[in-house]
Amino acid sequence: MSARRSPTARSGARATAVAPPPPPDDAAPTSPEPEAGPRTLTYREACREGIRAAMLADERVFLMGEDVGMYGGCFGVSMGLLEQFGPERIRDTPLSESAFVGAGIGAALGGMRPIVEIMTVNFSLLALDQIMNTAAALQHMSGGQFHVPLVIRMTTGAGRQLAAQHSHSLEGWYGHIPGIRIVAPATIPDAYGMLATALADPDPVLVFEHGGLYNASGELPAGAGAVDLDTAAVRRPGTDLTLITYGGTLPMVLEAAERLAAAGVDAEVLDLRTLRPLDDVAILGSVRRTHRAVVVDEGWRTGSLSAEVAARITEHAFYDLDAPVARVCSAEVPMPYARHLELAALPTLEGVVAAAERVLRGGA
Amino acid sequence: MAVDGGPELVQLLTPEGVLVEHPDFALALDDDEWRTRYEHLVMVRRLDAEATALQRHGELGLWAPCQGQEAAQVGAALAMRPTERIFPTYREHGMAYVRGVDPVTLLGLFRGTTLGGWDPAEHGFNLYTIVIGDQTLHAVGYAMGAQRDGAAEGVLVCFGDGASSQGDVAEAFVYAAVNDAPVVFFCQNNQWAISEPLERQTRIPLFKRAAGYGFPGVRVDGNDVLAVQAVVTAALERARAGRGPTLVEAFTYRMGAHTTSDDPTRYRTTAEGEAWRLKDPIERVRAHIVRSGIADAAWLGEVEQRAEALGEHMRSACRAMPDPAPASMFEHVYADAHPVIDRERQWLVTYLAGFTDAPTAGAGAGVG
Ligand SMILES: Cc1ncc(C[n+]2csc(CCOP(=O)(O)OP(=O)(O)O)c2C)c(N)n1
Ligand SMILES: [Mg+2]
Repeated sequence: MSARRSPTARSGARATAVAPPPPPDDAAPTSPEPEAGPRTLTYREACREGIRAAMLADERVFLMGEDVGMYGGCFGVSMGLLEQFGPERIRDTPLSESAFVGAGIGAALGGMRPIVEIMTVNFSLLALDQIMNTAAALQHMSGGQFHVPLVIRMTTGAGRQLAAQHSHSLEGWYGHIPGIRIVAPATIPDAYGMLATALADPDPVLVFEHGGLYNASGELPAGAGAVDLDTAAVRRPGTDLTLITYGGTLPMVLEAAERLAAAGVDAEVLDLRTLRPLDDVAILGSVRRTHRAVVVDEGWRTGSLSAEVAARITEHAFYDLDAPVARVCSAEVPMPYARHLELAALPTLEGVVAAAERVLRGGA
Repeated sequence: MAVDGGPELVQLLTPEGVLVEHPDFALALDDDEWRTRYEHLVMVRRLDAEATALQRHGELGLWAPCQGQEAAQVGAALAMRPTERIFPTYREHGMAYVRGVDPVTLLGLFRGTTLGGWDPAEHGFNLYTIVIGDQTLHAVGYAMGAQRDGAAEGVLVCFGDGASSQGDVAEAFVYAAVNDAPVVFFCQNNQWAISEPLERQTRIPLFKRAAGYGFPGVRVDGNDVLAVQAVVTAALERARAGRGPTLVEAFTYRMGAHTTSDDPTRYRTTAEGEAWRLKDPIERVRAHIVRSGIADAAWLGEVEQRAEALGEHMRSACRAMPDPAPASMFEHVYADAHPVIDRERQWLVTYLAGFTDAPTAGAGAGVG
């Protein structure tokens, strides 16, 4: 028995309201100039500023989705944009995911640069035919005559008591599909800067914003702008093992690395950033230095992105490993609604530390 | 701002509580039946207010209020035979109440202490559906099953004005039409889909869409419990007689927030709310039964007391509901034992046992 606190222990009052409306001052339009100097922003604001900058830079860019107008988006990302850009460019759509993704494809084919917002990844499944059979395949099936420069943003992940039809992490699943690019911004500069690059890309790009990150804040450096969509980033250099993750679990994994540091273990934290294509050079380079890896992925373990990363390490860096690769994933159940069950189903700090300790022991 | 249902609105009881005649629809109620309707409406409003308050106090993760839609829900449920199946969305607490689902069970669902909550067969009331529009297709398939059983049985499926834009709903209309499925498509047009007003979903009144699919559509005053029951009864009779589906658009208003996470002042005016308040579904019944001597002040007081008792029952029972054990999440992923689930459960139980403050009685207990 250890004296650690169980990740599932109940503490006092039950869940807070789901997706609380952002604080009122959130709606105040912030400076549209990205060059204005370093600023502290929430992830939500960084997403919004990314959209604002893209819309100011290119008239072909517009945003459409459910409740993106007056309401400001179901997670508050587009607050204030209707007031600035008007209903032609900030478009509340009829309630049909298939319709607005399909219309987004058509608009992209016609030369526009649509940003489509889907409330949650689970509802993107109503548009899966449009995403996979059309957006991803059209470039190929037209013999290169059609590009589909469509950007689809959606909220992914759990942790907000939204249950089994709003909370899954299906980005690894989308990462299976040739013809689309998948990104998962986990930091403020990425939340801000990935959108411009995604819009400039001639192919469809799916941007996964983790719902648990919207209230996180951090610095957007002076002169921040477009960032690449090709590489992973080392968020904490280390020598003893590599913790590989992306999106919503990055803050927790960084905390786990600090916990390990206190115990004398120097962990490297690699943020994948882009999930298709995966940055093999960064993944394998890190593992070849540290010789140990733990992959943390909020998706389900079976057939997951973590499985793909672990397989690549095994294929290409097997003889560099001092221990089998470990994985920390979500329990393979539809995401529970009750707060304590949801926490028990998700990867935890304690689980990551335990996996790291196991790998350091050689996998025993 | 949509407040007026237009000339085609079927109404039998005006907002002032006056009975009016309609050429196609009529329903006569005796005094007991009037009192039952009034009491149902009051109890449902109370149930809804109590649950909203419990959510505000942190006792529920979420609640989707049905305030304003009580007459639509009570009237439609009363039109059905108890054995006929209802397919709800997530807001049909009034129908759940009429079908005998204990309001405490509804709380368990929104508190996360139960999955599903009630027995759909026992109550003739299917489970709540969150993915917009899905249930319309399920209801059509279910109705076709009843058709094949040779049962003179109708099925009713609820959906919203927002849901009317979903492909699934259009496909359900087609499927029901070509199969003459005995289903009533019951659309509660409460004027809003979260922050989007009706104009974002349609350019014609929703009930008129039915014509394009080849079945009748009716717009009824959704705040008139009598008219809703009359119109839904007629639609069900048509279904039971093998003459296929009907679209009933109950023209009503979501008086509250979309859910407890929503703040409607961000997107709609108080003037609209005031205009609808004058069409309140409960006030008109009260006016009618008081004026016609069906109820006196003493009886109205008794109903108030019963509503108060329901509120008290909900408050105390809600707080007493036990938390499910963490490992309970592995129940019901599959119907039978499954190796992946067994392995994951074993892992969690072992892992939680390593903590001093683990919910010891809980972890693993209650796992079938
Ligand atoms: C497929 C899908 N897309 C989006 C949502 C998010 N959502 C929940 S309720 C709602 C609005 C529904 O409006 P309406 O059909 O009018 O029903 P009401 O809530 O007014 O009863 C939306 C967009 C969802 N649950 N499912
Ligand atoms: Mg509605």
